Amino acid sequence: MPLAQTATTVPVVVNDDLCIADKGCTVCVDVCPLDVLRIAETAEGSKTAYMKYDECWYCMPCEADCPTGAVTVNLPYLLK
Amino acid sequence: MDEIRDGIDQIDCDILIIGGGTAGPMAALKAKKKNPKANIILLDKANVKRSGAICMGMDGLNNSVIPGYATPEQYTKEITVANDGICDQAAVYRYAQECYGIIQELDSFGIRFQKDQNGEYDVKKVHHIGTYVLPMPNGDTVKKALYRQLRKARINIINRYMATRLLTGEGRVAGAICVNTRSAEFLVVRAKAVIMGLGAAGRLGLPTSGYLYGTYENASNSGEGYAMAYHAGAGLANLECYQINPLIKDYNGPACAYVAGPMGGYTANARGERFIECDYWSGQMMQEFFDELQGGKGPVYLKLNHLAEETVAEIERVLHIVERPTRGHFHRGRGTDYRKQMIEMHISEIGFCSGHSASGVFVDEHARTTIPGLYAAGDMANVPHNYMLGAFTHGAFAGEDAADYVAEMDFAAFDQADIEAERTRVLAPTKREDGIPPNQIEYKTRRLVNDYLQPPKVTAKMHLAQKRFAEVREDMENAMYVRDAHELMRALEASSILDCADMAAAASLYRTESRWGLYHNRVEYERDDENWFCHTILTKGDDGMPASRKQDVKPYVVDIAEDEKDAYAKQRVKPSVAAE
Repeated sequence: MPLAQTATTVPVVVNDDLCIADKGCTVCVDVCPLDVLRIAETAEGSKTAYMKYDECWYCMPCEADCPTGAVTVNLPYLLK
Repeated sequence: MDEIRDGIDQIDCDILIIGGGTAGPMAALKAKKKNPKANIILLDKANVKRSGAICMGMDGLNNSVIPGYATPEQYTKEITVANDGICDQAAVYRYAQECYGIIQELDSFGIRFQKDQNGEYDVKKVHHIGTYVLPMPNGDTVKKALYRQLRKARINIINRYMATRLLTGEGRVAGAICVNTRSAEFLVVRAKAVIMGLGAAGRLGLPTSGYLYGTYENASNSGEGYAMAYHAGAGLANLECYQINPLIKDYNGPACAYVAGPMGGYTANARGERFIECDYWSGQMMQEFFDELQGGKGPVYLKLNHLAEETVAEIERVLHIVERPTRGHFHRGRGTDYRKQMIEMHISEIGFCSGHSASGVFVDEHARTTIPGLYAAGDMANVPHNYMLGAFTHGAFAGEDAADYVAEMDFAAFDQADIEAERTRVLAPTKREDGIPPNQIEYKTRRLVNDYLQPPKVTAKMHLAQKRFAEVREDMENAMYVRDAHELMRALEASSILDCADMAAAASLYRTESRWGLYHNRVEYERDDENWFCHTILTKGDDGMPASRKQDVKPYVVDIAEDEKDAYAKQRVKPSVAAE
């Protein structure tokens, strides 16, 4: 059974301008209880955190612990 | 990150603590204090800094027994009655005697509790009889304070490893098999004692939003503790006493009547009328909630819009920074202003959790399970209505008892074949070319839980549940497919969830009476004290299926008078009062 590629909107949004993943920061990735965040590298080589897996408890350690205020936790669309 | 790698390591320790949320850290600190030479490992599927039910803090202690406000005897009586009499009181009584010391210790960690002008703890009444709720208006600091203590005590912390099965041998615990959630590499931990603090089975029913992670409990609490205890042969008590909570609809977080109640907020029907005398969560209270909805007087709301501006502002401040702070975002998005609108509530999906009900791994007053050397504490251990302070206090009991236990014990020998068998089970979904992803296995299991197990419970529906679960299990064992280590973690969680679903059905079918209000409302049966004033203990049977038996409730330590026994059965506001 092949897998589909169904799109889903994710609740955690990272402001690329504020994110300092480039400098090696992984705080949001480290603290997430559901482990849904990862660091993405663009074609130009710059890094930023993003929500890779749509498995969010909208609990907010990522937002609270981010040293630059780059992370915003919204409510997942299905329940907001 | 996340690519599947082949690897296995083995390490040894004296005490392995699985779960770094609430009970686990306290167990680690107490064990280390009592036995400084002991090699202790605190292991978590997430990161101990922010793991567990209280990852963002907690807004209060719901069950503090503080001299001058309550006595251990009174608390023990209240919880026995609230839990419909099915209670081995020794564990509750010991908790009630020692939790004050734990509060003082938490205070010394820098965790702030509400105090009055004289510097005394400012305890509030929420329960039916006694006064036990101690607000924590700055309760967002809990995890950070705990983490500081763990670093200070030099506790070994291992993050991002998920324990999947316990090892046993020589009739006692021998360790655990763990998998890295980002690489799928194995870690076998040999231990003389194991303390489980893995939280509730909070991903059992499906929230009505349909979002798998939109649960009341931290969604990482997917029932591994229950599943591991079951497969190791431990007894689990009263699983039919489900956790069902009155929550904010869709958001699925607590409405926090415990915070708002002492300030004048209350649970109301659609007419804005009070219909329950006491907002404390119990099965009987949930039954009244259910009846109100069935009677056409719903929805049910948390009512704050009659309160003064400064009161509402304070409630808002506390609720929007502590425990579930996205609550503020949610209400803003819906245009709900506590000053103007009531907050719509609903009845949650089911779960296992002793923190709020009584469904958990059986433990005694030392947090010992039925397997020597294996302990359980917190939401997954069956001490009723235990909440956060219960997790801390019983975590402390477990840590102290384990510290003594390991001083006289060596490692138990176990069968190496158990490790190979577990590796084969765990890695099976990685060996297929395609198949069913874990999220679909999980969704189907949980949707069936809602369809067939959500109370009121009906025998024929529960039999259907068992049939459907068996079909899903066949799919899970033969066709589940994962593409990376992260999905493998979800696959393992799906397996725990299915185990819990099977246990929920079996336990509910076994107890042929109604008890605990809505939690075990079996519509075909009345309450039956003659035959069912007992615990039910579920174990893994010889055929690999859940097996249940009765176990006597131990003689009470604190006597309860006949006319006190039904205090929690009288929840409904009398019509004359309601009409005022």
